[in-house]
Amino acid sequence: MKNVKKVLAIALASVMAFATVACGNEGTPAVGTESGKTAAAGTWRIGGIGPTTGGAAVYGQAVQNGAQIAVDEINAAGGINGVMIEYTFEDDENIAEKGVNAYNSLKDWGMQMLLGTVTTTPCIAVSAEAAADNMFLLTPSGSSTDILEGKTNAFQVCFTDPNQGQGSAQYIGENNMASKVAVIYDSSNAYSQGIYEKFAQEAKNYSFEIVSAEAFTADSNTDFSVQLQKAKDAGAELLFLPIYCEQSALILTQANAMGYKPTIFSCDGMDGILTLDNFDVALAEGVILLTPFVADATDDATVSFVTKYQAAYGEIPNQFAADAYDGVYIIKAAIEAANATPDMSVSDLCDALKEAMVNITVDGLTGTGMTWEATGEVSKDPKAMVIKDGVYVGY
Amino acid sequence: MSFLQYLINGISLGSIYAIIALGYTMVYGIAKMLNFAHGDVIMVGAYVIFTTISTMGYPPIVGVIVAVALCTVLGITIERIAYKPLRGASSLAVLITAIGVSYFLQNMALIVFGADTKSFNSIVKFGPFHLGGLVISGETLVTIVSCIIIMIILTTFINKTKAGQAMLAVSEDKGAAVLMGINVNQTIALTFAIGSGLAAIAGSLLCSAYPTLSPYTGSMPGIKAFTAAVFGGIGSIPGAFVGGILLGVIEIFGKAYISSQLSDAIVFAVLIIVLIVKPSGILGKNRQEKV
Amino acid sequence: MKLRNKFKFDKRARQSLITYAMVIIAFVVVQILLATGSMTSLMKGLLVPLCVYAILAVSLNLTVGILGELSLGHAGFMCIGAFTGAFFSKCVQDVITIGWLRISIAIILGSAMAGLFGFLIGMPVLRLKGDYLAIVTLGFGEIIKTVVNVVYIGRDENGFHFSIKSNMDLNMTENGKTIVKGAQGITGTPKDATFTIGIILLLVTLFIVLNLINSRDGRAIMAIRDNRIAAESVGINITKYKLMAFSISAALAGSAGVLYAHNLNTLTASTNNFGYNMSINILVFVVLGGIGNIRGSIIGAVILTLLPELLRSFNLDNLRMLIYAIILIVVMLFNSAPSFIQFREKVTAVVKSKLPKKGGVN
Repeated sequence: MKNVKKVLAIALASVMAFATVACGNEGTPAVGTESGKTAAAGTWRIGGIGPTTGGAAVYGQAVQNGAQIAVDEINAAGGINGVMIEYTFEDDENIAEKGVNAYNSLKDWGMQMLLGTVTTTPCIAVSAEAAADNMFLLTPSGSSTDILEGKTNAFQVCFTDPNQGQGSAQYIGENNMASKVAVIYDSSNAYSQGIYEKFAQEAKNYSFEIVSAEAFTADSNTDFSVQLQKAKDAGAELLFLPIYCEQSALILTQANAMGYKPTIFSCDGMDGILTLDNFDVALAEGVILLTPFVADATDDATVSFVTKYQAAYGEIPNQFAADAYDGVYIIKAAIEAANATPDMSVSDLCDALKEAMVNITVDGLTGTGMTWEATGEVSKDPKAMVIKDGVYVGY
Repeated sequence: MSFLQYLINGISLGSIYAIIALGYTMVYGIAKMLNFAHGDVIMVGAYVIFTTISTMGYPPIVGVIVAVALCTVLGITIERIAYKPLRGASSLAVLITAIGVSYFLQNMALIVFGADTKSFNSIVKFGPFHLGGLVISGETLVTIVSCIIIMIILTTFINKTKAGQAMLAVSEDKGAAVLMGINVNQTIALTFAIGSGLAAIAGSLLCSAYPTLSPYTGSMPGIKAFTAAVFGGIGSIPGAFVGGILLGVIEIFGKAYISSQLSDAIVFAVLIIVLIVKPSGILGKNRQEKV
Repeated sequence: MKLRNKFKFDKRARQSLITYAMVIIAFVVVQILLATGSMTSLMKGLLVPLCVYAILAVSLNLTVGILGELSLGHAGFMCIGAFTGAFFSKCVQDVITIGWLRISIAIILGSAMAGLFGFLIGMPVLRLKGDYLAIVTLGFGEIIKTVVNVVYIGRDENGFHFSIKSNMDLNMTENGKTIVKGAQGITGTPKDATFTIGIILLLVTLFIVLNLINSRDGRAIMAIRDNRIAAESVGINITKYKLMAFSISAALAGSAGVLYAHNLNTLTASTNNFGYNMSINILVFVVLGGIGNIRGSIIGAVILTLLPELLRSFNLDNLRMLIYAIILIVVMLFNSAPSFIQFREKVTAVVKSKLPKKGGVN
């Protein structure tokens, strides 16, 4: 036991020593930032946070890559106001606590603006920290209203969850798509639950009825036979799936296996279903989704982005990547509108960008004419898309 | 009608748990260790099948054979590198090492195969069958049949072959087995080989029935199968079978008739009640503690 | 293992003193670093989590090392403490405005609640042994996590509303505010946790655990660990002492949970923070620090919490967690494999024989 302790003590000592050295190397800009003095002049330092390991890694990696493409484009074109961007991304494993650690680590690096975080739960924790520091925060995909509530520094690229729930109910109701609707949602996921709650509330205002609302959790998200059976028994004509495409793909497969063929309606989480590795797209035929971005769109901006993304990362980008790509351009637009300079302190920069955000209008991959409220909410139109012959077309 | 449908789905899910639980229970019976990395071997097996079938275009049976072979090698390698040096150390040390191996396999898969979820092509090419109002998918049929075949082969192997008898001897009393001239190291390696081979088969069935694949695919079924093994009496092969099937059925019924959100809580609650009533599991041997 | 041997009283007291001193010195060093401004934001942010994990490791060591029972559900008690504490603070946010007072009451409530659950769960399950106990505690941990994920509690002028279905089923009036929101948990807990409070809580934890170990009750608990039948035969009340150790351990985990909840703006119960992953992580701290070795638990928790964070500065991307896994395996082999231990002893013997003898080295 004594030996063990000695080994541990030595290890601890070396970790501590290492920590000090690490501070020495990278701490210089950090000290500057914290005392409100100038950051490393001559560059914009944009930090990104999201899960690059763990179960939600696919979203974090998409954001990391999508933003990287925008940063490279902007730098190749001469930067923002002639100043280059430096971009660093940190892993949060989709855990709130790790998100805060990542945020602090980025502060040490000298971050001036945060493009993150990707997933909702860590984003709420990080936005509270950022609000305390008055650090400008633009989340590409954190969609809960809790991220914005009571904070003036936080803005969103994506729709809020209630927004999507309301939009979906309205769309189904106004187009008389069904009279009996079933919902399958992820009760352990804030995004899914947020949409479902608003959807259920709004449904009362329309002519359709929710006949079955079944949940699943992150720990039991492979078998949907029960939820589907209940929807089928209740005679639902339309199945609303406010969930991500991985589970949707499973639900489509299992519904097909049991011979149940309702209309499928979904939100932006469904995007990516066609590009899911090896997925039989015939199963997704006729799926309707409200989404701001589809990778198959034929406009120049999307085609150029998708081509670059595929060349660099060998995958077709999903909406998370597109949100992140837009996010970098939104920051660029805000900086240009505010006439900000990189020698401003983090707090001054944030104040300048906050003012600029409500005045700018940005055309991006995920929407044209995007504008922002002072609360941080984006205003843009979701597009209803339907999958026909394996591609998205406007509904 | 839906009751019967739920029952079939439950048995199908339970059969997969049972095959995974067999791996857990064999390793536990012989090496007296909880191999937490077992679930991740399943994931590796599924990725191997995915690569051979979908990427390289071989027929499913080739994929399964390659996966069984590779996972067997992987199982033996893990045992040699991570567990064998710890023989004689405290069981907790082995447990933590197994957890380290589990993290290692997950993160290795993340780097090699990427974080995005893959859609798995079922290895079963027939079905579904319609029986009255019931729908029985090909996967369900194959899963249940394989589970029974594996059970029979395994039981025969253990009771009728020399190597199987050696396994029994080692699980009863390691010290005495050595005195009888049994090579304990070889026997343990053999157990890991069989367990990991079974994991590859479980992986192919799991991902055929629930066709997604990610680096974390194995961890939750792994935990549930571990529960199933304890449920049936850990160390007992028929126990793993009974525990697995019961767990699957309880999970589906819990979801269907009580609450879809609380189904995991229900599974564990039943497990706890069973263990409190019968502390060594349903078919476990109750060993009297000696002074 | 150390405590099992016959040591003189002063030796044991000295060991305890060293542990306290270590914590206090760490506190002073951190304060100096903070005052001189030479601490990175990352390290500053890690101070409270380090205290949380140290307390968790020490409390689990009480169950695993001192009582000798394997528990895989420790994070469940942490979860109960965290939600109780955060719920309380959220409710009285406008009434009690002094941060330290609010968190102190929250800690008392949180640990009481976790201790109560420890007692209730411990009663039926502690008669199970070994791996069966491990799986049952894992099961309870998962049940706690799953149930917390479906609870909705709201408050309006008519009082509290409770539901396990959804936000809408709370039937609140217009002014109603949802406090616990199912899987979205509790948002907006006041950030009352500070490093000073964390250190005080760690010292209190140490005081409770070390005093228990060195007391008559503690010796009874260790007797049960070493030989249950012998202990029973000399008239030790097995159930009572097992329950005592288990509930205290749960209560301390609950207090760590309260600290955890008050350090983050959002509190949700997911597999990573309150599920079996976390329980296993805490167990790793304990085993790596040395089972039964309280000081080792603190050191183990600190090193393993810092390690993945410090690996960030290498820009490894997703290699980071892989390296963590490899280090974990290697350290376990190095620390526990019989052949490695022999090798280490040989090296130590050679080194010792070469060095001139010194007095007073521990």
